[in-house]
Amino acid sequence: MELVEAIILSVLAASTPLLIAATGELVTERAGVLNLGVEGMMIVGAACGFGGAWLTGSILIGALFGIIAGTLMSLVFALMALGLAVNQVATGLALTILGVGLSGLIGAGFVGERITPAAHLNIPGLTDIPLVGRVLFGEDAFVYFSIALIIGVWWFLYRTRAGLILRACGDNHVSAHALGYPVLRIRTLAVMFGGACAGLAGAYLPLAYTPFFIPGMTAGRGWIALALVVFASWRPGRLVIGAYLFGAVTILQLHAQGWGVGIPSQFMSALPYLATVIVLVLLSRARTGGSTAPAALGTVFVPDR
Amino acid sequence: MQLVLEKRAERSNTIALVSPLIAIGLTIVTMTILFAILGKNPLLALQAYFIAPLTDGYSLQEIAVKATPLVMIAIGLSLCYLANAWNIGAEGQFLIGAVAGSWLAVKTQGTDAGAWVLPAMLVLAAAAGALYALIPAICKVKFGASEILTSLMLVYVADLLLDYLVRGPWRDPNGFNFPTTAEFDSVATVPLLLEGGRLHLGSIIALLVVAAAAILLGRTIKGFEIRVVGAAPRAARFGGFNANQLIILTFAVSGALAGLAGIIEVAGPVGHLQPGISPGYGFTAIIVAFLGRLNPIGILIAGLFLALTFIGGEQAQIAMKIPLDVTKVFQGILLFYVLACDSLILYRFKLVFPNRQVARGAG
Repeated sequence: MELVEAIILSVLAASTPLLIAATGELVTERAGVLNLGVEGMMIVGAACGFGGAWLTGSILIGALFGIIAGTLMSLVFALMALGLAVNQVATGLALTILGVGLSGLIGAGFVGERITPAAHLNIPGLTDIPLVGRVLFGEDAFVYFSIALIIGVWWFLYRTRAGLILRACGDNHVSAHALGYPVLRIRTLAVMFGGACAGLAGAYLPLAYTPFFIPGMTAGRGWIALALVVFASWRPGRLVIGAYLFGAVTILQLHAQGWGVGIPSQFMSALPYLATVIVLVLLSRARTGGSTAPAALGTVFVPDR
Repeated sequence: MQLVLEKRAERSNTIALVSPLIAIGLTIVTMTILFAILGKNPLLALQAYFIAPLTDGYSLQEIAVKATPLVMIAIGLSLCYLANAWNIGAEGQFLIGAVAGSWLAVKTQGTDAGAWVLPAMLVLAAAAGALYALIPAICKVKFGASEILTSLMLVYVADLLLDYLVRGPWRDPNGFNFPTTAEFDSVATVPLLLEGGRLHLGSIIALLVVAAAAILLGRTIKGFEIRVVGAAPRAARFGGFNANQLIILTFAVSGALAGLAGIIEVAGPVGHLQPGISPGYGFTAIIVAFLGRLNPIGILIAGLFLALTFIGGEQAQIAMKIPLDVTKVFQGILLFYVLACDSLILYRFKLVFPNRQVARGAG
């Protein structure tokens, strides 16, 4: 029973950065912008988040540093892809290349340092309930925040006027513009939200998942988050399922390595990446009747006056 | 008063010509500021980066050695990007090529196999790279799965496969447990061009690839199809060009070139298979392709320039203790400026005065 509890706890921990980053990218893409720089924003968020926490001793300030770093990175993207109408795929790749270099530069000062990881909730009585106690009442703040975040995003997208306008920009920017909505401003805000989430997701890794920073510690999680948005058909509900499924695959392979199943560890480590490819193929195949992606996703928009 | 972007009536040929130079100039200005922030003398740092490597024969050879994989990969990528197919997994195709070619080198080790080994290794590597690139291409054409994500995921898989092989079945029994194969036999090694240097036959192959790509794009129907499918998909459909077939073709060619670059790197400058054979060639080649404006000759020049930054970065690290990551930052910033300047080929800035704006609020 304790093993089951430990597995559920580690799945939640592994899924949280994916869920946060993918939630941000989902909003960005619903506004019609494809930002492929999630990995770059995440890794800079990880370096700045750890730096902030290490300097001040506060996990909260670390998380804020991560959010600010991710937002600044996304503003560079917005300036290029929205301000200068540059191809979004190429700009996103550039953002990732830049982010990997920047994070190494920023993180060089504190590789090998350790911090006290984010505290877990502890309510005497509730947290001690066998099996479900620690899963429900013993997580760190990031886990609870990620769930609040995705619920908030669902409510915003489907229950508010602003969310409707944002989706309109993503589906048909010409019509949205003709109705008088500031398409580029709305998209910039959506990109910034995506950057903030990616930065926070990156910061989660050194602040809660492993209490130290190593270069390249995001290990492709930003790309998996991008795949999750496709997996979710751009819907928040499915995103939660996808993120926890992928977290489960990650943890499953780690445990399988621990049990010594006799399969080389590298093959098990490749599982999350292979799973992403297979899921993308299966989903894209099932969707031959018409795409569910925002219609204007990734296209350049230059308003005419 | 507001600055807005406006489409030009036709593309500006002047900007098209000078934009890479403007981008490099802006990057150098940015780097000067970055060096100053890092507390290094910017002039000395720039000298170490861009001038020092050009002043001695050894470094010049090193630049050619580093440019070889960059140019070969970038030529393949440029074909993909021209056809609007986004292969960003060249790093994985490079590694798979290195693995496939090394298989033969490892199997023939210590036998009296003749001069056929190296050519066979090159063929194997190109075939493996092409097949590996076909996975995302077929997933795209048959099932509509994003080739960007699938090709990138396969980079991690290739990296892990290489890691497994050199730590497991192919590990050098006399290698003190280091994760590496034994040094390749001389029949499995790319010959050097100059006595005592590191310049090797691969650089000649890279030049041949550039020439072949220039002919393909400039003088053949296939090259024309690739450009039309990317630039004007509707016109291409009316012209009866098969876009899916071109995705498959460009992916296969770029995978083959990346695989070839991989085995040339392993059987040339490195001499054995080990993890970390690529300092991100497959990703840097994306920058090379764009900086070279997806044009073969441009890519050759851009490849040499980025190779210069690799060598300059190493020298700046030794001489001035500037972290190697500065090179990656430099490359990322360069790509940003290239893309930004390219945007001005099609658009221009215009000042707008608010009294002309429609008086309608935003929801």
